[in-house]
Amino acid sequence: MSVRYIIRRLGIFFLIIWVASTLNFIIPRLGPGDPMAAIIGQMEVQGGKVENSAQIIELFRERFGLDDPLYVQYFKYLGALSRLDLGYSIAYFPARVTDIVANALPYTIGLLAVTTLITFTLGVFAGALLVWHATPRAARMVITFFMMLAPIPYYLLAIIFVSVLAFSLGLFPYSGLVSVGRISKGGFDLGYILDIIYHSTLPALSIIIAGVGGWILGMRGMMVTVLGEDYLTLAEAKGLRERRIFFFYAMRNAMLPQFTGLAISLGYVVSGATIVELIFSYPGMGYRLFQAINTNDFPVIQGITFFLVVSIAVAILVIDLIYPRLDPRITYNRR
Amino acid sequence: MTTAVVPETSTGTLPETNVVANRGVWHTVRYWLGNWKLTIGLILIIGLTAFSIIGSFLVDFDRTRVASGPFNAAPSAEYLFGTDNVGRDIWALMIHGIYPSLKVGLIAGVIGTAVGVVLGITAGYYGGTVDAVVSTTADIFLTIPSLLILIVLASYVRTTTIEFTALVIAIFAWAGPTRLMRSQTLSLRERAFIPLAKLSGQGDFEIAIRQILPNLLPYIMAGFVGAVSGAILALVGIQILGLGPLFTPNLGMILQAAYQGAAIFRGMWWWWLPPTVALMIIFISLFLISIALDELANPRLRERAK
Repeated sequence: MSVRYIIRRLGIFFLIIWVASTLNFIIPRLGPGDPMAAIIGQMEVQGGKVENSAQIIELFRERFGLDDPLYVQYFKYLGALSRLDLGYSIAYFPARVTDIVANALPYTIGLLAVTTLITFTLGVFAGALLVWHATPRAARMVITFFMMLAPIPYYLLAIIFVSVLAFSLGLFPYSGLVSVGRISKGGFDLGYILDIIYHSTLPALSIIIAGVGGWILGMRGMMVTVLGEDYLTLAEAKGLRERRIFFFYAMRNAMLPQFTGLAISLGYVVSGATIVELIFSYPGMGYRLFQAINTNDFPVIQGITFFLVVSIAVAILVIDLIYPRLDPRITYNRR
Repeated sequence: MTTAVVPETSTGTLPETNVVANRGVWHTVRYWLGNWKLTIGLILIIGLTAFSIIGSFLVDFDRTRVASGPFNAAPSAEYLFGTDNVGRDIWALMIHGIYPSLKVGLIAGVIGTAVGVVLGITAGYYGGTVDAVVSTTADIFLTIPSLLILIVLASYVRTTTIEFTALVIAIFAWAGPTRLMRSQTLSLRERAFIPLAKLSGQGDFEIAIRQILPNLLPYIMAGFVGAVSGAILALVGIQILGLGPLFTPNLGMILQAAYQGAAIFRGMWWWWLPPTVALMIIFISLFLISIALDELANPRLRERAK
């Protein structure tokens, strides 16, 4: 792998983070007045008079250096970000934004990483079967049905699931992470873990069912292209077994581009399925984001956004560096 | 995070001669309507639009106002879809809410696609530095989770009107179409009829309009459909989080009200079901249309689909 390629990818990595953080810097300053006064103003509109608002504004102005010229503020901001100093939450002052993020992160990663991997595996396999000639008609119809669910956002499925499976049939709990009043006994508490899994089933199910279609679709397209290649005809002519052709000749090649998608979705894992978490009151990043929006907790909103952008940029960087090893046909440098 | 799922348009085998210019538009239209996915998708989306536009002349807008009817009423002859917890007629909300939702998609989709066509063709045709700048910027905008930036933006600049929301969403709607147009222009540029047109004295601008643009048509439409679908998705996402316009009825707003009002746990299915179904129809029909466009642009997929 050439050094130029690596440098180029690293450049793009920092560019993504820089653009996103700059947007994060500019947006709050677009409106008239300073951001802090705007926040206090909104709090007053919603909750009546804020005690000592002038003092709070003054404190925050000093803390964020809002009296400095804009470019000084900008460089201070970038400096703080590079130390991962995301500031303090307004709603939960003096909690640090990084602590809030760190508390929510495990739940989201637990839910999303598992569902993303399951969805990917199911989708890639089903998509390959969809265009394989030996697939039974019935299986093809089932796969096509799930493919048609691809455009439906997962939160719509979540609403239907909550309503039918949790509310009408009472099969699953509809919100929270554990049953009310349940506290971990500490250490390895199987009952507690099972309770979490039980509570996570519905959110997971809606993410998997809504997500699998996209993978099927992508895999179907790649598989069609690969099945037209000459080396497949050759493999058949050599008399190789069907199963071998399917797995090692067709699927293996068609899957490669899907890995890029997988990396990106794993990057998005951190963002959580915001609205699904909201519907199920699942205490991950998405739910925290919603709470932050409702309490006008701008540092937390920005912190979560920044965290997410970094994780996606990392995922893309990793796949860009690994991909040429996975697929030798890829050239490192564009012409 | 929420992203619109639209099939990635694959690079089809493009004809060596400029087919579109030779055969005429009418032939193309008739040929396209032979695809059932396109027909069904169009019928669904046009039907839904007509339902909303015609209905808004027949159903009084005042019925969408708070306390215009009884609270939490189940569907009846007077209130076809019942009412919500503040006495709004859900049937009226649906009729007056579908069109604004589609309008957001339309405005953001048109802006995104127009910018995409101009930037994509320019980048693909000229290459070099222009291409490097355009593609890198588009890549970055594709990578940044747009919904989150929109959330940050919407939480500072409270979006009040549906048109303003559409403009905000359009900031992120151009990157996808730009990439699509660029890659297709790149491959078109290598076809024999482009140097031929150049030899016959056509200028760059004329080639872009008369040779490249007509051949990009299926991709432009696919890009447009994708942008529309993504914009509606973004609108609903912003709305559910409580950041959208509050006074124009739209599908996201009804859904958000249903969520806030705990419609599901009160068994008020008439409240959350209509917007859910309408959104499903919108997304599925746009999806069908984009699959069909993909098949029309890519003969290899078409054969398989039969």
